[in-house]
Amino acid sequence: MVPEDLRYTKDHEWVRLAGDEATVGITAFAAEQLGDIVFVELPASGRSLQAAATFGVVESVKAVSDLFSPLSGEVIEVNADLASQPELVNTDPFGAGWMLKLKVTDAAEADALLDPAAYDKLIAEA
Amino acid sequence: MPYGPHTAADRSRMLAAIGASSIDELFDDIPATLRASRLDLPAGMPELELMAHLQGLAARNRTDLASFLGAGAYRHYQPPAVDQLLLRGEWYTAYTPYQPEVSQGTLQSIYEYQSLLAELVGLDVVSASHYDGAAATAEAALMTCRATGRGRILISRAVHRHYRETLSTYLSGGDLELGEVPVVVSGPAAGTTDLAALEALLADPDHPVAGVLAGQPNFYGLLEPMAEIGRLAHAAGALFVAVIEPVSLSVLAPPGAYGADIAAGEGQSLGIPAQYGGPYLGILACTDALIRQIPGRLVGMTTDLDGQRAFVMTMRAREQDIRRERAASNICTNQALLALAASIYLATLGPHGLRDVAALGAARAAELEATLIDAGAGRLHPGPYLNEFVIRVPDARAVHQRLLERGVLAGLVLADVEPDDPALADGLLVCATEVTTSAEIARFGAALQAELGGSRWA
Amino acid sequence: MGVTGPRLQSTIFEKSHPGRGGGKIPHPPKDALERLPAAARRAAPPALPQLNELEMVRHYVNLSQLNFAIDTGFYPLGSCTMKFNPKVNEWAARLPGFAGLHPLAPDATAQGTLQILWELQEILAEISGMAAVSLQPAAGAQGELTGILMIRAYHRSRGDHDRKEVLVPDSSHGTNPATASMAGFRTITVPSAPDGGVDVDAFRAALGPRTAAVMITNPSTLGLFESRIGELLEAVHAAGALAYMDGANLNAILGRFKPGEAGFDVMHINTHKTFSTPHGGGGPGAGPVGVGPLLVPFLPAPRVLRNDDGSFRLERPGERPTSIGRLRSFVGNTGVLVRAYAYLRAHGAEGLMEVSQDAVLAANYLKSRLVGTYDIPYARHCKHEFVASAASIKRATGIRTLDIAKRLIDYGFHPPTIYFPLIVEEGMLIEPTETESVETLDAFADALITIAAEAAASPELVHDAPHTAPVRRLDEATAARQPNLRWRPMTGVETPCPD
Repeated sequence: MVPEDLRYTKDHEWVRLAGDEATVGITAFAAEQLGDIVFVELPASGRSLQAAATFGVVESVKAVSDLFSPLSGEVIEVNADLASQPELVNTDPFGAGWMLKLKVTDAAEADALLDPAAYDKLIAEA
Repeated sequence: MPYGPHTAADRSRMLAAIGASSIDELFDDIPATLRASRLDLPAGMPELELMAHLQGLAARNRTDLASFLGAGAYRHYQPPAVDQLLLRGEWYTAYTPYQPEVSQGTLQSIYEYQSLLAELVGLDVVSASHYDGAAATAEAALMTCRATGRGRILISRAVHRHYRETLSTYLSGGDLELGEVPVVVSGPAAGTTDLAALEALLADPDHPVAGVLAGQPNFYGLLEPMAEIGRLAHAAGALFVAVIEPVSLSVLAPPGAYGADIAAGEGQSLGIPAQYGGPYLGILACTDALIRQIPGRLVGMTTDLDGQRAFVMTMRAREQDIRRERAASNICTNQALLALAASIYLATLGPHGLRDVAALGAARAAELEATLIDAGAGRLHPGPYLNEFVIRVPDARAVHQRLLERGVLAGLVLADVEPDDPALADGLLVCATEVTTSAEIARFGAALQAELGGSRWA
Repeated sequence: MGVTGPRLQSTIFEKSHPGRGGGKIPHPPKDALERLPAAARRAAPPALPQLNELEMVRHYVNLSQLNFAIDTGFYPLGSCTMKFNPKVNEWAARLPGFAGLHPLAPDATAQGTLQILWELQEILAEISGMAAVSLQPAAGAQGELTGILMIRAYHRSRGDHDRKEVLVPDSSHGTNPATASMAGFRTITVPSAPDGGVDVDAFRAALGPRTAAVMITNPSTLGLFESRIGELLEAVHAAGALAYMDGANLNAILGRFKPGEAGFDVMHINTHKTFSTPHGGGGPGAGPVGVGPLLVPFLPAPRVLRNDDGSFRLERPGERPTSIGRLRSFVGNTGVLVRAYAYLRAHGAEGLMEVSQDAVLAANYLKSRLVGTYDIPYARHCKHEFVASAASIKRATGIRTLDIAKRLIDYGFHPPTIYFPLIVEEGMLIEPTETESVETLDAFADALITIAAEAAASPELVHDAPHTAPVRRLDEATAARQPNLRWRPMTGVETPCPD
């Protein structure tokens, strides 16, 4: 089971909403599918993101995948540890492997995201 | 077919196993209307005849001339070990080391190539090779655009015209802007990049510059104020690309020492024959800060499951076969065998041998200059050079042609390369290297003196 | 691999001993460099290794023995056409008249090479069915860039600036979309049909007034001929777009299908695939480009021309202002092209027809040997290569294509291309080429069948393979996370010059 307190995209990002601040990462399923992650390219703080727009790229040894923002908002922090320790995305995808924090413009957008049960169903069928 | 193994019996057996009645049946999926008419080509040649044919053609090339032609491709001593080692089938009949367990030879040789070139250029990241100096220079320019997010390149007009044209072609794809920095026309700095003009071009706030490119030595053989050019580029927020020639780096300051962010250049002079244009070796190197921007393969050191040291292609997800339309470059096949040649060359000569190659070339060039001046030529530019320089003779193209008839290839007629530059109308770009002999120089001098109708002192 | 087995080598830097080497170059005069300004001089010599020649030779000979190569064994790397590289071609390229010729030598002194290049243009035009050929591109990918830039120039010459898209099938080589991006186009990826061919309906739907070009590999990267190529090309041209053919798989269709005659507007040729120029551990290649009549004006410069008197010359700078320009310095990878020419003249028309027939025969034979053991996702006759899949084996045993590939090494074979094209699960793309004997094909098939049995009986044996290679599987994650791309310890070490 995936964490109950998060919302998910069909592209395997998760988001944790606290007030108007959201933390974003990729799921354990995505990290497992990609394999050993070797590089994470993240946007600069201050950049505005639209929901579903790409905000970065994650590279494993032999694959590359776009990262999509679950919500619209402004990037207020990125996980600087990933520059030297991209493996955190593999070892702790829902914790230390988080990617960025957003100041969201419309928290109601989260309602359109997958809840844990729906996401579990999605990856069970993948 | 000359190299096929199959007998008629083999083919029958294979067809039977496939369950096909004829080989033509295997091509039934090509629609009849699109099937080719036969090939209209001459019949095949037995190897003995082929060799005679090729020898006849090779003999029609004139390689007996006393040649003073350089201009981006140089005649050098090639240690016999280079070619003999290159001819081992384990090197030249392998391909890209996709399976590292059975490719450690190629992988380690590339890692060593990266290391050897890193020493020469003074920059830490060296790609496993590009097509040639011009293509590497174009890739360097594209790197500066990606790294800065800007879209304008400035290249010195004293960089080889073929490189500037290649750059123009590559930039056209991305709708990027190319500007040329003029060359100083007269005075002690004649023939080198015009620093004042560069500064003015960099100052245009509406067209911020991504990268400034200049050559050392430049196309005319002259030494550029590289540190100054780099300072001007950096002051404007641009990156600085040095277009280099690797043999010269045994005696000239390396790009890393004068602040270049990227070095690009032609590695042909490292043990690779001229062979009418290629295959050569595109060198591309950059600082650690730009590692994510460099296109082409990279080989890294790692360990295997048992902890043994081993080598592998790395940072692969930047490349076209994985990143597809988002790749920095479409490069796939590179010049690995030529990178190996360069490595063997450098390992054979060592630091002192390479220094001697450059120094002896410089000495021969000084001898050539003195001889040609004596014969009545002038120098077009007064500045210091390493082993290539421009002489001025009246009616240069005709003189060049008549010297050819006397067995002397008197360098390059600059008007053929830069027909629109009046300053170069009388110029011949001439070059000497360690293989140039005093006898050849004397022959050039005597022939030139005869053509010019006696020297100034006659 | 040598009587004592392959030995890993320390780096050439670790073998260096200051003071060794020398004896190659006469000592220059002491003042040779004094006329250079101090600011331009290097402060300390580069820390290159110092070895005597024997140590250097052993280093490279021993390293070479760690490589698998066509000359050491069967190398069925799909899409790469690892055929025999005839020795006479190496001899030819090294003839002093060819090897020693300067690329800016006056035409009158380069007639032998110019004749070869001109004849090669003609031969390749005949094989490709194209109107004209440029030999300039240095490799296939550069040929692709050349082709797409010419298409761009063509549309612009007609005042058509709205075509911003290039269509590629999802089975295409990565170079195709990467090329489209380099040339300033947006890539539209079109799915393949269930039979492995281009989905013609999807292509038709994607075509439109914004389409500049489509890039098609035929036979496809699945080794299948696009049987509906005729209607596809009609649709492309009806939409005002042009058709690029990726010639990577030309080996299958020599003398059987001429892309230019069929309606393609431009294609590249990989000489290191089809015409046996050596792969060199990754290169060099050469990527000549053939074009139909519409694109002739835009070919890169310089072309090789024949004069009225039968002599040959290079195009002069500026002679053809419509050209897209240069892709590189000088004429092209002439040394590679000399080898290709030797190969083509050795074969002639009949020999080249035999190349394609035997390449296709060998691939179909090998495929027939694997039916029943491996999944063959596309059952129809293949061309010069085919895709097999270990998907069923993986479901039954947990053993993946990667494991099978590594286990092939233990049996003395180079693995096929794996996980390409991306659209086949657990795929392996197998290309035997025409120069391998039926005994070799059988031995390879036997090995694959044995490995399939091992996957069921002793999966760990396959999972941990290779067992006999010089090294075991590598830690690629650490290599990428903490890149070590150069040897460092010698940096900064003083190596005083002995003068």
